[in-house]
Amino acid sequence: MPKDDGIGASTKRREDIRFLTGKGRYTADINLRDQAIAVFVRSEVAHGRINSIDTAAAAAMPGVLAIMTGADFASVGGNPAGWYVASRDGATMKEPKRPVLAHGKVRHVGDAYAVVVAETLEQAKDAAAAIEADITELPAIVNMADAVANADNRVHDEIENNVCFDWGWIEDNRAAVDAAFASAPHVTTLELVNNRLVPNAMEPRASIGDYDPGTQDYKLYTTSQNPHLTRLLIAAFVLGIPENKLTVIAPDVGGGFGSKIYHYGEEAAVLAASKALNRPVKWVAERSESFLSDAHGRDHVTKIQLALEKDGTFLALRTETMANVGAYLSNFATVTPTFLHGTLMAGPYKTPLVYVNVKAVFTNTAPVDAYRGAGRPEATFSIERVVDMAADELEIDKVEIRRKNLIGADQFPYTTPVGLVYDIGNYQATLDKLIELGDLAGFEKRASESKARGKLRGLGLSTWIEACGIAPSALVGALGARVGLFDAATVRVNATGSISVMTGAHSHGQGHETVFAQVVAERLGIPATSIDIVHGDTSKIPFGMGSYGSRSLAVAGSAMVKAVDKIIAKGKKIAAHMLEASENDIVFEDGKFSVTGTDKAKTFGEIAFSAYVPHNYPLETLEPGLEESAFYDPANFTYPAGAYACEVEVDAETGQVTVASFTCADDFGNVMNPMIVEGQVHGGVGQGIGQALLENTSYDENGQLLTASYMDYAMPRTTDVPFYTVDHSCVTACTHNPLGVKGCGEAGAIGSPPAVVNAVVDALQRGGYTHVKHIDMPVSPSRVWSAING
Amino acid sequence: MYNFEFVKPASIAEATAALESDGAQALSGGQTLLPTMKQRLAAPDVLVSLTGIAEMQGVCLGDVGLHIGAATPHAVVAREAAAHYPALAKLAGGIGDPAVRNRGTIGGSVANNDPAACYPSAVLASGATVVTNRRRIAADDYFQGLFTTALEEGEFITQVLFPIPQKAAYVKFNQPASRFALAAVFVAKFADGVRVAVTGASNGGVFRWAEAEAALSANFSADALAGLSVDADDMISDLHGTAAYRANLVKVLTGRAVSAA
Ligand SMILES: Cc1cc2nc3c(=O)[nH]c(=O)nc-3n(C[C@H](O)[C@H](O)[C@H](O)COP(=O)(O)OP(=O)(O)OC[C@H]3O[C@@H](n4cnc5c(N)ncnc54)[C@H](O)[C@@H]3O)c2cc1C
Repeated sequence: MPKDDGIGASTKRREDIRFLTGKGRYTADINLRDQAIAVFVRSEVAHGRINSIDTAAAAAMPGVLAIMTGADFASVGGNPAGWYVASRDGATMKEPKRPVLAHGKVRHVGDAYAVVVAETLEQAKDAAAAIEADITELPAIVNMADAVANADNRVHDEIENNVCFDWGWIEDNRAAVDAAFASAPHVTTLELVNNRLVPNAMEPRASIGDYDPGTQDYKLYTTSQNPHLTRLLIAAFVLGIPENKLTVIAPDVGGGFGSKIYHYGEEAAVLAASKALNRPVKWVAERSESFLSDAHGRDHVTKIQLALEKDGTFLALRTETMANVGAYLSNFATVTPTFLHGTLMAGPYKTPLVYVNVKAVFTNTAPVDAYRGAGRPEATFSIERVVDMAADELEIDKVEIRRKNLIGADQFPYTTPVGLVYDIGNYQATLDKLIELGDLAGFEKRASESKARGKLRGLGLSTWIEACGIAPSALVGALGARVGLFDAATVRVNATGSISVMTGAHSHGQGHETVFAQVVAERLGIPATSIDIVHGDTSKIPFGMGSYGSRSLAVAGSAMVKAVDKIIAKGKKIAAHMLEASENDIVFEDGKFSVTGTDKAKTFGEIAFSAYVPHNYPLETLEPGLEESAFYDPANFTYPAGAYACEVEVDAETGQVTVASFTCADDFGNVMNPMIVEGQVHGGVGQGIGQALLENTSYDENGQLLTASYMDYAMPRTTDVPFYTVDHSCVTACTHNPLGVKGCGEAGAIGSPPAVVNAVVDALQRGGYTHVKHIDMPVSPSRVWSAING
Repeated sequence: MYNFEFVKPASIAEATAALESDGAQALSGGQTLLPTMKQRLAAPDVLVSLTGIAEMQGVCLGDVGLHIGAATPHAVVAREAAAHYPALAKLAGGIGDPAVRNRGTIGGSVANNDPAACYPSAVLASGATVVTNRRRIAADDYFQGLFTTALEEGEFITQVLFPIPQKAAYVKFNQPASRFALAAVFVAKFADGVRVAVTGASNGGVFRWAEAEAALSANFSADALAGLSVDADDMISDLHGTAAYRANLVKVLTGRAVSAA
């Protein structure tokens, strides 16, 4: 049994006490003395040329302190794309500058072109309404196929056909893949949409710029998943503030799901306004601004083909995808549909030949970027849907077609045809576990019970894999990343033995404060209660890359373990000195340093105290203090994998789909806190069910967002999801990080959408509606009914 | 939100006087009006709260049947109408979430006449009487299309009087996002015939489905609806459902309401 606060214990989340009692400190909760309030003026048209912006009347209104427009930022840098992706013909990526405030043109509804700073929110709003912008509306480019076909109407005047890049992966394999298709006994073809999602973090974005005229230091409080990255972007690219003159603080953050990875113009604007006014400037987004201006997720239109033997053996797979990047390149917009998507198109299968083509397309819509799962849900959905469809066409059992093609447990490390090396896994084991846990054998009985109640029951499977623990810097660098993806930790043992761990990861709901403390506690043999995890403040933490891509424990956690191991090594030195023994004879166990074979020992606390009261240290060989830092750059991605089963009931008269059960058998490697892992899976599957059944981001032909509030954008609620059955007992420990962990944050959102849609199609097929081969997400009642009656 | 004055009269007479001033608007539960004001889409100069008027509160039996004060929150109706008019209580208990049900009121809902709101279908199917500070209006004369009613300037609802049917049921199909009615049907069977009111579905707002009423008055069973249909041309088509889909829902839900009544 694990100790109740060590590795493997379901320790309750210490941060929940403050979150659940209203004592969290979010950016909007921070009020600085003398702060002014910023309101952004946003475009009401999707596409337009800005002729002039008259701010005179607004500037004269009560309480107004400053008004800035795009022109004020015309000379500063642009917010860059973090990843270079070349086209398959070698053409360079089209990279329009992303301004702080729109200048020259507005490019989507919600594109901010001015900011008003006033004493109060109401005054700022009044003045914002008085700004007169003369904007000539241009035809909106909304649909990707139209965007590509129309050479004259351009989101960015300099980018023909609105194509950012046309990427092939792996281009050299294309001919072989096409040849395999030409001679294949069976080809299944599916066209599908991966629906655009609005992230909807519970906490809307917020930023406070705070310039200190005395020291000329800037502080930015902001809703960020990665404060150091935000600082780097603002310093090096956008405002040119020296990095050492800018502190970025991401305090408690209420969810991100990817949308708070990126640097947004509002952050730069409040900093610049604060400098101009010598006062703190605060902005808090309203929910409608979140809908219009947070980076959205997904939005792929894909044609996928699977070539098979008649017995169901996969021969080759190819896809053509158009990925919407919206009006501007958000920081990871270019990698999400490419290297986080194309490299996963082998899935957990032995498919020998795979080719992926992705065109990234600019449209007059909000920017699109990574959202929980980022590229991998899109890959998984396409693969798992086409596998089901092939099974139907070839009349092969859905479990059997998967089992036949899964990579064998004895085949690792496994090199895929799309450039990854899976270090370890056992996909048959999770599939077997799923069959048992989900009682797949009992399905027919449950289906007849449903039938007795007038409902069609369906079973949908998904066997999935993801690449997490982003990422080996050398590998991603070779693939075009403009950043390294290591992480960092500093472990500071205080004189009295309490410990502060400064981590480059950022917790915005994940529970790092609890889990990271568990890991350190286990390693050092001291209670977790004497360990604090510090994150989110660039003036306190080492340079790390933040949290996304299920990387926190696998990468930042590994850095932390490395730093803890350095503490132990240093502790041994100190112990050797104190105990007058050789360093090689010191062993560390259960929080005690002892001399092997003797009863001479010092506790961890005694060592810590001595480190700061070094009265008789041999200073040439032993430094005082007990503080160590480590950087960790992973050797490979981690590859969590699993098998999911969803059962739905469909009311054929209304098209209503109810999720009757959802079972997950996951392999996350070693599990540090089972309760938190389960919570992450629950949340991820909930989001996946949301994508599959409810969430629909819809722009009309003029580029107006039709689903710009919760009146029309359907979020999953507790009543939309079942009680989940989740299991993570099938463990193959990651081979290349010290904890053997793989990451669990995105799994649910990656694996679940195809299971849900597969279940709905299965229910309809079993119910005799055999003409229904596919329904695009969200599988709404209206769409199901139309499919049945179509 | 823009600035406004706030008054809270204690009687219908005082409220009538207050609502005569320019730019005055009635405020009941505020579940519709306040969000609109927060978005600066409405800017009344004076808000006249109707929630402090004793005669406009509560549920009781009276000469017409069940009399409900216009400022009675949905949660109170859900609780207090249950013994007398279960279908109406169930409708009230299915509106929004607990916060909405504890603030939002029947008067606000009936005055607003949102095409996707629940209450208008109950008022129309019950043949209820809408009582105002000036007159009594029969349900059939009261609803006049989307967000449009017979209420005049300065007129406000004080009570809604519901005849109690022999049998009734309300079946609502939620719009997936707002959980208002994508389509919903209230069926009420009285000694002298059946009334069927449909909300959520039509371009014209809440309406009575005359053919279904005739068929059900002759034979109160779901089978009686076979062969009937509402005209899809009159139905709303939006992201959440096509007109044909809503027409289908109207029929399916009517059948289910009859079975549940
Ligand atoms: C999250 C949410 C979910 C909801 N879900 C549903 C649902 O499922 N079904 C549903 O039917 N409704 C739903 N509603 C609407 C809810 O029922 C409102 O309470 C109702 O529509 C308005 O009632 P109110 O008392 O809040 O009115 P208010 O918001 O105070 O007023 C609404 C309008 O009516 C006027 N008014 C108010 N009282 C009177 C009166 N006595 N006489 C004349 N005019 C008056 C006001 O001037 C205003 O124009 C929902 C609302 C929310 C916020």
